[in-house]
Amino acid sequence: MVDPEIRVITIDELGILRAVEEDPASGRVTVTITPTYTGCPAMDVIRADIRRALAVAGHTDAEVRTVFSPPWSTDWISDGGRAKLAAAGIAPPAPVPAAGVVSLTLAVRCPQCGSPETEQVSRFGSTACKALWRCRSCSEPFDHLKAL
Amino acid sequence: MNGPFDFTLGLGDDALIAAQRLAEWTTRAPEMEEDVALANIALDQLGAARLLLSYAGELEGAGRDEDALAYLRDDREFRNALLVELPNGDFAVTMAKLFFLAAYQLPLYAALAGCADERLAAIGAKARKESAYHLDHGALWVKRLGDGTEESHRRMQAAVDQVWPYTHELFAADPTAPVDPATLRPAFDETVGAVLAEATLTLPGSGWAPAGGRTGVHTEHLAFLLAEMQVLHRAHPGAHW
Ligand SMILES: [Zn+2]
Repeated sequence: MVDPEIRVITIDELGILRAVEEDPASGRVTVTITPTYTGCPAMDVIRADIRRALAVAGHTDAEVRTVFSPPWSTDWISDGGRAKLAAAGIAPPAPVPAAGVVSLTLAVRCPQCGSPETEQVSRFGSTACKALWRCRSCSEPFDHLKAL
Repeated sequence: MNGPFDFTLGLGDDALIAAQRLAEWTTRAPEMEEDVALANIALDQLGAARLLLSYAGELEGAGRDEDALAYLRDDREFRNALLVELPNGDFAVTMAKLFFLAAYQLPLYAALAGCADERLAAIGAKARKESAYHLDHGALWVKRLGDGTEESHRRMQAAVDQVWPYTHELFAADPTAPVDPATLRPAFDETVGAVLAEATLTLPGSGWAPAGGRTGVHTEHLAFLLAEMQVLHRAHPGAHW
């Protein structure tokens, strides 16, 4: 199932799908998800999409649970997910620095031309999880999924 | 006086009222990028508010959910600090409010993440990451405006002078709370001191410290904010779209 806001990546690749369990006795399915950001407005759509997908597969009484702990991190985005983001023109996040480490802002490579000559236009972008960047080499603006 | 319910309600109300104020900038920020930034920060605050108010409702045990707490209380029942209900003023005032609020919320959520209450710890661990971006953003503008032109410096200093007295209320001691707000003061002072120094701004000397939000005694501004925020829900209870 693809993420409703970043439609090139599945909720599993994004790391927000935490568990899928089937009760062996009743066959009832429980899906556990976690939001990227606390205010993520896509959560209702994601819950509805999961219920719909499970209903199609015959699980009409499935439960979708939302958990907040441990908090989502961009480190949970799979390698495959990162590659898909880059292919769609969204620069994937750098690893999250360990607590206490002084974080250096590493150059974000332009997903269009690969140039490291880029600059941040705004740390807040089209969705809660993205920042807006611009490439100085090819002049294209692009989204960057910021480390969290 | 403050059990976990009052404490959680206060933090939830801080986040909710801050979200509502920030959202007032939507479509009227000085530039497109800032419009998007302030809307995103408002959304983060709203997300934290929903978690905190839902939990407060459970702690109270009177059957009130997040909507009942957000939409069906009058101003005297709100427990937010006065800082977040102050009008937005010009962009400098909004940035002063954002910066001071984030400089308080970041150490607060970090401390909550390690507190004994499991639910508050989970909310703190989640919200602190978002709070770090808010602090970054507010600090960036305080420095840019403070150390900018003569006019931007004048207005940023005026904003700091106007808003600063309202920060003291955030740190009123409460040793029985899951996190005693008084313990957050050193981290806050350190952040504020460093950023204002770089911004070539100074703190006002006056000891004036307006308070009352945590006990429901608010400025006249809150009732107007609530009227706008609550009108739809009160007119059409339970409305969905
Ligand atoms: Zn480029």
